[in-house]
Amino acid sequence: MPETTLPQVPLYGWGRTAATPALLAPVHGEEEARAALQGHGGRGVVARGLARSYGDAAQNAGGHVLDMTRADRVLGVDLATGEIDVEAGISLDRLMTLFVPMGFFVPVTPGTRYVTVGGAIAADIHGKNHHRVGSFAQHVRWMDLLTADGQVRRISPEQDPDLFWATAGGMGLTGVILRARVAMKAIESSKILVDTDRTPDLDSLMTLLTETDHLYDYSVAWIDCVAKGARMGRSVLTRGRFARRDELPAKQQADPLRYSSSVLLSAPNVFPPGMLNSLTVSAFNEVWYRKAPKRKRDQLQSIPTFFHPLDGVGEWNRIYGPRGFVQYQVTVPFGQEEAMREILTRISSSGHASFLAVLKRFGDGNPGMLSYPSPGWTLALDIPVVAGLAELLDGLDELVIAAEGRTYLAKDSRVRPEVFEKMYPRLDDFRAVRRRVDPDGVFTSDLARRLSL
Amino acid sequence: MIDALGSVGSLLLVGGTSDIAVATARRYLQERPLRVVLAARDSDRRSAVAEQLRTAGATVDVVDFDAADPASPERMVAEAAAGGDIDVAVVAFGQLGEQEQLAVDPTAVSALGQVNYVAPIVVGTVLANRLRAQGHGVIVALSSVAGERARKSNFVYGSTKAGMDAFYSGLADSLVGTGVSVLVVRPGFVKSKMTEGLPDAPLATTPEAVADAIVTGVRKGKHTVWVPGAMRWVMSGLRHTPRAVFRKLPF
Repeated sequence: MPETTLPQVPLYGWGRTAATPALLAPVHGEEEARAALQGHGGRGVVARGLARSYGDAAQNAGGHVLDMTRADRVLGVDLATGEIDVEAGISLDRLMTLFVPMGFFVPVTPGTRYVTVGGAIAADIHGKNHHRVGSFAQHVRWMDLLTADGQVRRISPEQDPDLFWATAGGMGLTGVILRARVAMKAIESSKILVDTDRTPDLDSLMTLLTETDHLYDYSVAWIDCVAKGARMGRSVLTRGRFARRDELPAKQQADPLRYSSSVLLSAPNVFPPGMLNSLTVSAFNEVWYRKAPKRKRDQLQSIPTFFHPLDGVGEWNRIYGPRGFVQYQVTVPFGQEEAMREILTRISSSGHASFLAVLKRFGDGNPGMLSYPSPGWTLALDIPVVAGLAELLDGLDELVIAAEGRTYLAKDSRVRPEVFEKMYPRLDDFRAVRRRVDPDGVFTSDLARRLSL
Repeated sequence: MIDALGSVGSLLLVGGTSDIAVATARRYLQERPLRVVLAARDSDRRSAVAEQLRTAGATVDVVDFDAADPASPERMVAEAAAGGDIDVAVVAFGQLGEQEQLAVDPTAVSALGQVNYVAPIVVGTVLANRLRAQGHGVIVALSSVAGERARKSNFVYGSTKAGMDAFYSGLADSLVGTGVSVLVVRPGFVKSKMTEGLPDAPLATTPEAVADAIVTGVRKGKHTVWVPGAMRWVMSGLRHTPRAVFRKLPF
């Protein structure tokens, strides 16, 4: 691809921090991807999907970035097994629109539908059902990976498992994911049967999750991170499963798989810095906690309401203003509940305003070398960029390392390289696979440079 | 890469043994470990500084740089970048010169012009090329309030700083949109080895204060900082002082 025809554009992640310019090459398919790979300059290449990574994973300062969102075709469907073959640029939103009416849901969805299949594999995303079914890559039967030598390799847990498990969670650093076979989940209806419980503090939440998580397919808690003292960790826990057809009200049973999703409105790009402060956020959290029912059973909710409440507002990341925000997401193993409590205490007493945080129990991990989920508790919260935040989060990282926990690369935009190294003991295995398939380091990104991956 | 919260991963110090350069590295090391490249003439002091920064937690690389040698900048930047991207490059070398000698000795004037003006703008050009190609980074240029309005006690030094200040201010504008930015730092009288033996001027400052202004300025994405901050308003006044009055001021 001739460089002169490509615009150099500033790119950033969902957190809107640390933008860097790169040559953005639209890729409609394998040939264009290969051409872009061959035409890259000395600064390397990385693929980019819908840019929902919070930090710098899909940026490559001074180099090439491949816009994969145009390669979004469905290549094959097996209605008997629920396995679909798709191009990596297709979004989970599109998959839901196409397949929910046919009785299939994506095996794993994060808090937004607006991620691509390629991105879902590269970040090895997890959802509310991790404790039951694991992360996204565990539902990928194979993928076609364009590697630095220009070859396309079909890899699977059986065929070159090392490359497969380096690519799952590998943040695009092993090659370009072109196509994948994904095993969808059969559903009888498009509604979820939801149980909601309010818990007054962190202890009661953790106890409730530990005792009852296994009864539900999907489970997540939203924590008020501003509440202090005895109310620290007060939460709203929602758990559910897809309803069977016979569980729907009679009039919905005729069309049980009816599905629609839409963005209701978009946030304008006019929010000043500092609009989200401890006052506005604690007021919001108070209302949000109070409006939740104390205990409610078998409420029917739609897919967007249950899984993707924030997708109703387009570009909601703009409300954090021009300085942007970071998401801090970490996990600590079971038995390290005290570390989690200390992290929450420090955040709530720091005065750094944060909207609701998310707490979830993970199930077993997978062989992914940089895959994030591992058995334990995972906490995620958004914080606007303010002075003093770097020190606070560096301090929290120390707690996480001591607890043998880790941070999630798809959310990270600020962890230190030597800290990251301690969090992922299989980093050297990952590096060895990269050296094998990409000896010249063609695939790279701002994230890779920042963390010396 | 400079991360989302402005933390820096690698630092190139051109004139790496200057007090301000060392103070800047130490100030960064208070926050996080990082890679420091010391570009300076091979000397005992360079080895001592390298050792000192290693002890403070830095990974230190050393490269040769001689401001008097026109071929030095290209080689120095290439060697410095061989170990990875440069997040922040501080152009911190310069000499004060002996004004009494400079007033009469054309050779000394030429040498000071090379070290304080020609070398910095060549280094700036080479650094800008390198950082533009990598698509990110910050160049920090140590200017001086002496360049704001030349005075009789050090006008040769002041004129070189005026020239390099103008260069880096213009370079900053030329780099908009490339991912690279420039921070011009204008300290007043800094108590350091360069000014050893000279009487303190009003609003005298320290290498540590300058380092603090550099780190804060880079984090906030500023384009110009004065140290101390009040210097900006003092110099603004002096710039508009009538010559007859300015000439008689006691410094």
